[in-house]
Amino acid sequence: MEQLMADLKRQIIEALNLKHLTPAEIGDDQPLFGEGLGLDSIDALELIVLLQQQYKVKIENPQDGPKIFRSVRTIAEFITAHKPA
Amino acid sequence: MVRGQQVYVAGVGVISAIGHTAGETLHALQQGTSGIGRLTLFPSAYQDTLPVGEVSLSNEALTERLDLRAHAVPPRTALLGMVAARQAVDQAGIALAAWRCGLISATTVGGMDRTESFFPAFLEDPGAGHLRDLVHHACGNVTELMAEDLGIHNFISTINTACSSSVNAIMYGTRLIAQGMLDVVVAGGADALTKFTLNGFNSLKILDSAPCRPFDAGRNGLNLGEGAGYVVLVSERVRQQLQRPLLATVAGFGNTNDAYHQTASSPEGRGSYAAMTGALTMAGLPVEAIDYINLHGTGTVNNDLSESTAIQRLFGEHVPAVSSTKAFTGHTLGASGGIEAVFSVLALTEQCIFPNLRFEQAMPETGIVPQRTFARAAVRHVMSNSFGFGGNCSSIIFSTSPARA
Amino acid sequence: MAFITATASIRAQTLTRNGTIQYRDASPALPEFLQQAYTALKIDYPKFYKMDTLSKLGFLATEALLADSPLAGYPPEAVSLVLSNAHASLDTDMQYLAASRTQPSPALFVYTLPNIVAGELSIRHGWKGENAFFITPAFDAAQVAGYVALILAQPGAQACVAGWVDVMGGHHDVFLYLAENTRRGLALAHTAEQLKTLYTGLWNS
Repeated sequence: MEQLMADLKRQIIEALNLKHLTPAEIGDDQPLFGEGLGLDSIDALELIVLLQQQYKVKIENPQDGPKIFRSVRTIAEFITAHKPA
Repeated sequence: MVRGQQVYVAGVGVISAIGHTAGETLHALQQGTSGIGRLTLFPSAYQDTLPVGEVSLSNEALTERLDLRAHAVPPRTALLGMVAARQAVDQAGIALAAWRCGLISATTVGGMDRTESFFPAFLEDPGAGHLRDLVHHACGNVTELMAEDLGIHNFISTINTACSSSVNAIMYGTRLIAQGMLDVVVAGGADALTKFTLNGFNSLKILDSAPCRPFDAGRNGLNLGEGAGYVVLVSERVRQQLQRPLLATVAGFGNTNDAYHQTASSPEGRGSYAAMTGALTMAGLPVEAIDYINLHGTGTVNNDLSESTAIQRLFGEHVPAVSSTKAFTGHTLGASGGIEAVFSVLALTEQCIFPNLRFEQAMPETGIVPQRTFARAAVRHVMSNSFGFGGNCSSIIFSTSPARA
Repeated sequence: MAFITATASIRAQTLTRNGTIQYRDASPALPEFLQQAYTALKIDYPKFYKMDTLSKLGFLATEALLADSPLAGYPPEAVSLVLSNAHASLDTDMQYLAASRTQPSPALFVYTLPNIVAGELSIRHGWKGENAFFITPAFDAAQVAGYVALILAQPGAQACVAGWVDVMGGHHDVFLYLAENTRRGLALAHTAEQLKTLYTGLWNS
């Protein structure tokens, strides 16, 4: 889980062009949207693409986004639970 | 009133999924015949899952209809534009060569269809592909092809402000005539369906896998469409020479930026509110005077909530008959404002209000119930809304031509 | 009568304000140059990193344009934007097409419209006035000056950021100016001739 979260932070910075941040500046449980990292709806769509490309995990309903993308930890948990064997 | 002299609409032309002429279009609107169906224009992974509003003519059929002799086939956007613009000019019955004439055209995809046929081979091998396919990619080339077709040389301009482009083209044309700079302007927009936009909008997760349901509580996205819509705008001097009642007047318009997000509208619809307010102020009309609003009404959760919130706030107790005709045509992007301007003028000349197909339940936030059936009604002032990515919000009001009223 | 109160340009990896160089480094490729200029201007706006090249060019030129002539005193509705270019969003369209061979990027797709730069500027500065984006083969001083004059003649209008912002591959050409109903700054007459002189003069400086 720790490794997965570290990977995710790197990948999120890369995919979402958060060049003002380093992985260490993103907390495991820090909210990614709204007051936290300030991500928006387009970022959420990019995260869907990221999960599909990097982890072969599909999110069919974008409405599930906010729950899954709450923090790096919730994303890691979702990947772990849904990753194809 | 628009600053300067009065500007009239002398002709309209339209082609979309529900008809190749204004007459066919009106018939479909009257019968409630939707143009949303299966994608056949090009191969796509979404052929069976994402319905669209296609114009039921191939590029070959369009070329034949236009009797084009050019050796290179123009992009589909230009073909659609030529069909609609020629109709508008024919209806106006004006000898363009006798006047200071302009063409102001809007498009968002331009010659993208040609580029798409170029790209796959090119990516495999930079030496492959026909470079002439790329020549017409730029949005401006479509306008130039159309201008040549219409024989307009004095003034040519291309506008791209996403899905509000066409209304901005009509606004610009109106201003040029009102200020006495031109006598006749053909204004509107055209956009063809492309893989580019289909895949792109799909990546934004705002395409409905079923025919769209604008303003419905259960709406689940938009359907892409294609087509073109143009109006012929004329000055008072041209009107006097024509000596017959014209179709409508341009009463007012407003354009603002929502300044909220690249693609999403602010929840309270502050940009659309300001655009509608601006249009009413310019027209010198109270909210009660508007008889019908042709909504932007794409069918996305975000747009329809934002737009209906703004309408409710602005019109209060006086919300007029409203409907989104995108349930018929799909969202034709840069062409939508032109197509819907034509629909708005038809509402005035035919004294009718078009239905909002597939509506079942009002969204709980505003409770606005759109027009559900085709209805004959006294229509003097029609408002047409067009909002685009980049926060661009436009609203325009057409009124009954004085001689006609 | 409106006035040209400030200008900004980005050409040949050189950012200028009122004809004076603000930042220049001809050695790196355009993306790196834009990144360095952003750092040099000491701007804190992380959204910059997410923008496409067209928006970055418009953003940096506008930052330079407003450095001495802030528009914060005007109501949001009083400030309009009239932009134009030759290549629309073609530069980003091509990147999007190339990237779409694997999976289309929604963030990239958003930028496949030229007027997104107008949206970015409106968000950054809170402007809610009119927006227009024209596609013309070359900078058309008469058309831009004419449209800006129409907008500034409207009741309530005070200022308009206008001009040319074009990019295709490494080729970039940005010329923005601030037109205001109040005489200040450069205080040049807002005419097509004046604009033409300013635009072509840049090439010779």
